[in-house]
Amino acid sequence: MAAVIKVENLSKAYQLGQIGTGTLSRDLERFWAKMRGKEDPFLKIGEINDRSTKGESDIVWGLKDLNFEIEQGAAVGIIGRNGAGKSTLLKILSRVTSPTTGSVKIRGRVASLLEVGTGFHPELSGRENIFLNGAILGMRKAEIKRKFDEMVDFSGVERYIDTPVKRYSSGMYVRLAFAVAAHLESEILIVDEVLAVGDAEFQKKCVSKMGQVSSKEKKTVLFVSHNLSMVQNLCKTGILLNNGSIEFSGTSEKVIDYYRENINFLKPERFILINKTHRQYDHLRTIEFISVEYDDNKVENQFATDESLTVILTVKANKSFENFRIAGSISKMDETCIGVFFSKDNLKINAGETKRIRLTIKNHHIAKGSYYLDFSIGLGNEITGIKDFDIITKTLTFEIIYKEELTKEMYLMWDNNWGAINFQDTEVNFV
Amino acid sequence: MNNLADENWDVEITASNNLFDLKLKDVWHYRDLLTLLVRRDFVSFYKQTILGPVWFFIQPLFTTIIYTFVFGSLASIPTDGLPQPLFYLAGITAWNYFADCLTKTSTVFTANAGLFGKVYFPRLIVPLSIVVSNLIRFGVQMLLFLVMMIVYWSRGASFHPTAYLLLFPFLLVLMAMLGLGLGMIISAMTTKYRDLSFLITFGIQLMMYLTTVIYPLSVVEGKYPRYAWLVEYNPMTSIIEAFRYGFLGQGTFTMLSLSITTAITIIILLVGIVVFNRVERTFIDTI
Repeated sequence: MAAVIKVENLSKAYQLGQIGTGTLSRDLERFWAKMRGKEDPFLKIGEINDRSTKGESDIVWGLKDLNFEIEQGAAVGIIGRNGAGKSTLLKILSRVTSPTTGSVKIRGRVASLLEVGTGFHPELSGRENIFLNGAILGMRKAEIKRKFDEMVDFSGVERYIDTPVKRYSSGMYVRLAFAVAAHLESEILIVDEVLAVGDAEFQKKCVSKMGQVSSKEKKTVLFVSHNLSMVQNLCKTGILLNNGSIEFSGTSEKVIDYYRENINFLKPERFILINKTHRQYDHLRTIEFISVEYDDNKVENQFATDESLTVILTVKANKSFENFRIAGSISKMDETCIGVFFSKDNLKINAGETKRIRLTIKNHHIAKGSYYLDFSIGLGNEITGIKDFDIITKTLTFEIIYKEELTKEMYLMWDNNWGAINFQDTEVNFV
Repeated sequence: MNNLADENWDVEITASNNLFDLKLKDVWHYRDLLTLLVRRDFVSFYKQTILGPVWFFIQPLFTTIIYTFVFGSLASIPTDGLPQPLFYLAGITAWNYFADCLTKTSTVFTANAGLFGKVYFPRLIVPLSIVVSNLIRFGVQMLLFLVMMIVYWSRGASFHPTAYLLLFPFLLVLMAMLGLGLGMIISAMTTKYRDLSFLITFGIQLMMYLTTVIYPLSVVEGKYPRYAWLVEYNPMTSIIEAFRYGFLGQGTFTMLSLSITTAITIIILLVGIVVFNRVERTFIDTI
């Protein structure tokens, strides 16, 4: 297979802070250095883009020395934390901005969807906007005319096609916009997280359209998203960006696993000593978590959907309480929470004491998939209102792979659209 | 794949590009976008108005009436012996085209930041579409001017179109190039330094008074010979003087001054292109 995108030593520097009165003098300084044939002083002091630590200079590398190739027909997912450089990379690939150094070589037409409905004019009708938007995305008029009916059909707003788009509902607007984008004739499609809009039915339509584009029409698709399951569904390979460089690349499953374990700190551990990476919020920690662990004899954290999850929490109190409780939540790996639980608020602890608490979640019927646990310690519940002393997130992970604990019957499949609960205590009778 | 085909890339994105490269091939590919943008400007101009395109007439018509009253009657500034309304309308029509091109082009980057930040197309399309859509407006106003000429001619007013009327298309191109060039320079600068956007609004107004819109060049040369160069070296002056000379047969017009204007215009346009090309690549990071 031939490479259609070749990225070589790609870097992009950004200036932090305000652009204001200092800009002119710095510009002159850069110009002067350039005239004398010296290195750009602006770029010398660049540092790695890590947003959580305060740096010395006000120049950061949004991207640093990226090298990769993408083959024709590949569907590549680009993942990474916020600020890892995903959007910068997309912007450079779609020629919205230029790199600071390095180059990108592309073979074929590129259609980039960093946003749907770019250039829609509110006063113009849907029909006029289809033509305008299509032309902005690089289509010729004849091409748009040929596909016009198909686009209108896809969008499902036929009735309003001659109404100004300012009278559209936001959903209709997005539908029309995506319809135009979906019918672009290009060899390479670059998509940002634009799919996070519109209703569920339409999102599904968009995802299946994108899948079709990459698998049936043999086009190259680059997809950037936080939604890991969507990346896994759509893309065969993945690139993980971290602080502006490629941290890992490979098949999308491997990249996502790596991301969970090393970037998102979701390692499949049996025992976890709580540290600051587990605490997103500042709490008083009047009672605090010391460690969490599984209380069973398993080697791997694999469970059946009817199997109880038993966890032991070690907590330490700085003050005596007679009425505290433990709460927690279970989330899918893409960070959507599927449910919470509250214990009774009758737990007792004395100041300075360290206690081990066993927590068992019974009859949960969680469906096949990977999940992680968050815990909180505090007062009150969903009825009385809550006050938390300590919250720890992304601690223990577990996988549901068996349908029954006794028989160890494996789940053969569980569609992503089926949700996270497998209702098993159901009865079906003739009346 | 063999090495030969490996070097055969369609697009290369690098840190620097050729400053004089206008990407005309790309522009040609996007020509439909140009016409659609012009159409959008035209249609959205009179959407939800009652008078619609009539507004194109009203502005120059009323300006002419006011100028005739203030500068013609009250201040009694001579008009080279031409009927006052015709004299003013000629100046206003030409000046408006230039001024509209300039003001609109000067906000290309700031006004279209949302669009430019999300999708690539040759940025030059937008300034070009501005020049073309203003041409429609200019055409309508020219019509008004021609109607006025016929009205005055039928009443026996004294003016004689000359052979230099044939320069009209050339003058039009000059005005477009000048507006485009200046506008591109200013638009490129405003992406970093917003100060210029304040300058432009009153700067254009001041510049109009340094152009022979409300007075003929002959008056300035007669009254203030020491300062006349200020007006003379203004490229728009010789364009408007040539315009009046062609249509109405009066005006201080020489081939030399027009040649100088042409040279200045070309230099401004080239500078504009260089600056525009430079800024176009990364302006989205600073805007």
